[in-house]
Amino acid sequence: MADVIERIQSAIKDNKIVVFMKGTRNFPQCGFSAATVQMFEALEAPFETVDVLADQELREAIKRYSNWPTIPQVYINGKFVGGCDIVRELYESGELQEMVKSAAGQSAEQ
Amino acid sequence: MIEQGLPGAAVEVRDTTGGGDHFEALVVSDRFEGLSLIERHQAVYGALGDAMRARVHALTLKTLTPAQLQNRR
Repeated sequence: MADVIERIQSAIKDNKIVVFMKGTRNFPQCGFSAATVQMFEALEAPFETVDVLADQELREAIKRYSNWPTIPQVYINGKFVGGCDIVRELYESGELQEMVKSAAGQSAEQ
Repeated sequence: MIEQGLPGAAVEVRDTTGGGDHFEALVVSDRFEGLSLIERHQAVYGALGDAMRARVHALTLKTLTPAQLQNRR
């Protein structure tokens, strides 16, 4: 149990943008995961994905960790952003672009 | 169900596939005032409780305050 939490935390810490999703970037297994990935690709943002279908323990743990019942789940700069609907709203309002930009800016400074 | 957990909320739900596990919901509540999108969605998930985990596979959520709804029309 502690181990899976550590894996979640290091994925969030080591990547500016992480999408916990069903399937992989190229082969998403769910329409909501696919839509989320597409938005980050449209913004040409570098992001990492974690396939929760490959790891049942992680799939359950991430829901508890974020206090969020559904997949996908997006973290930017270590902060939980939300699922597909929220990312879409942020994308449409232009806020996501700003968040992605500021995430990229911070990595350049390091 | 959402209405029970969020008194005063106006809820519009659509079963998108007819299978009873994919839903789309528009929830309008003055309780959303001042809450982030995450907090709003969590409030709806909280209202759904165990049903969210057990029965619902997918829920597309739109959460608005009454003022935001006005602006959209």
